[in-house]
Amino acid sequence: MSAKKITMRVTRYRPEQEDAPTEQAYELEFPDDWVVLDALNYIKDDVDGTLTFRWSCRMGICGSCGMMVNGEPKLTCAAFLRDYYPAEIRVEPLQYFPIIRDLVIDMTDFLHKLKAITPWIVRDEEKPLAEGEYLQTPAQLADYKQFSMCINCMLCYSACPVYGHEPEFIGPAAIALAHRYNLDSRDEGQEARQQVIASSEGIWDCTLVGECTEVCPKRVDPAMAIQRTKVATTTEWAKSMLMPWGKQ
Amino acid sequence: MYEVNKTEPFWWGLFSLGGVVAALFVPIHIIMVGFLSAEAVGYHQMVALVGNPLIKLYLFTLVSLPLFHAAHRLRFALKDLGLKVAGGLLGVFLYGGAVFGTMVAAYIVATLP
Amino acid sequence: MKQPEPEYTYPTYHRPIPATWWLRDRKYFLFMMRELSSFFIAVFLLIYLYGLSLLSKGQAAYGQFQETLRSGGFTLFFVVAFIFAVYHSWTWWSIMGKVQVVRLGDHKVPERVITAVALAGWVVASAVVLFVFTR
Ligand code: SF4
Ligand code: FES
Repeated sequence: MSAKKITMRVTRYRPEQEDAPTEQAYELEFPDDWVVLDALNYIKDDVDGTLTFRWSCRMGICGSCGMMVNGEPKLTCAAFLRDYYPAEIRVEPLQYFPIIRDLVIDMTDFLHKLKAITPWIVRDEEKPLAEGEYLQTPAQLADYKQFSMCINCMLCYSACPVYGHEPEFIGPAAIALAHRYNLDSRDEGQEARQQVIASSEGIWDCTLVGECTEVCPKRVDPAMAIQRTKVATTTEWAKSMLMPWGKQ
Repeated sequence: MYEVNKTEPFWWGLFSLGGVVAALFVPIHIIMVGFLSAEAVGYHQMVALVGNPLIKLYLFTLVSLPLFHAAHRLRFALKDLGLKVAGGLLGVFLYGGAVFGTMVAAYIVATLP
Repeated sequence: MKQPEPEYTYPTYHRPIPATWWLRDRKYFLFMMRELSSFFIAVFLLIYLYGLSLLSKGQAAYGQFQETLRSGGFTLFFVVAFIFAVYHSWTWWSIMGKVQVVRLGDHKVPERVITAVALAGWVVASAVVLFVFTR
């Protein structure tokens, strides 16, 4: 079988030589099992060593190879060229994030938001080591497991027009992770997290476009996490209004 | 740095109640008003119905809650379309409209024969 | 001790978002239509409310308004509003399956079942309203 030829149009941005991003076309032959990331690596190794992009694991786990492929946020290590052939492929940096160089985006904003929701198990008081580990039943694990699969690839942010228009929005992955820890039977950090996700920049900004869930490579379903948090927060609020003498 | 927003649950609560009411009852009312024969929902029939306080309550809810639903959705849709006044002025205008509509609805329904 | 985080400065490029973002992709377009449905529903309800107010004005006024509503323009509006309203209902029940966690004993009721029950409830509610309001 002869190799097929495909054209890739790749965003280039070299701040030291241009004010705005441009596009560069590369034509290449590819074997059937190549993904977009393979093609980018081929370009970098054999055609144009200046092309810059992030990647690491090549197996959908590290979450660093996310890019827009024909306008859709994708892990490029899981996007097969054969699925796009014979059409051209447009590869751009993740939407809504600032570009640092070529296909590399600035993720500082996301990292701050991630940290803000304390994505680790919080205890009021740690029990002494000698008492052993915190036990959890399989059912308790099942409660949050889905939301713990996130690989921080940020595809969901690139699918979220709300994040695009309001960069303050804490966003899908961070809220889904807050939900994950809130649902964890070992965790006691709900109150501090609620401060963040029930703020104006948190769940209330979400209009349930729902695309975050569609593009997530790990089926985390951030849209569902956000909606459930809205329902729970509103119910709590209504209770506190109707029964102000109840628990604080 | 982040602060719990104490008013959004109120608007969101009305939004979702309105969404339920609209989803359950509005399509059938559009059919009745728009497509059925005029006699099917004729004057005497309606007057006999609205004498019932439960029907009055139903009609009030049917009109009022979806107004809040619409105000909330439009507020955020316009925001997503890039309208920046959305946060302040537009919210006042839209929710204000829903409150006004609710008061008018209360008056009309309460004074029905 | 907490280390202060280092600050790096580097130039970045912020891409502008075109005002037509929601027209470029079917999914985002459908989202906007879902939001817009609320507008048509509200307009319909205001027309309905006006009709109710005419009940206080007597049979002639009410009957005349009913006739006005049969004009071509209004019929077109009702057709459009009906499509939007049904789309709202459909999306609302689909989302409800995802959002509402219903537990029966130890296990969760699947999404599809919740949506199916809601759809059935919708049909029943519509039938009841039709039965109560029409002769
Ligand atoms: S929620 Fe999904 S799409 Fe978003 S960062 Fe996590 S893995 Fe990626
Ligand atoms: S390279 Fe690690 S997820 Fe694609």
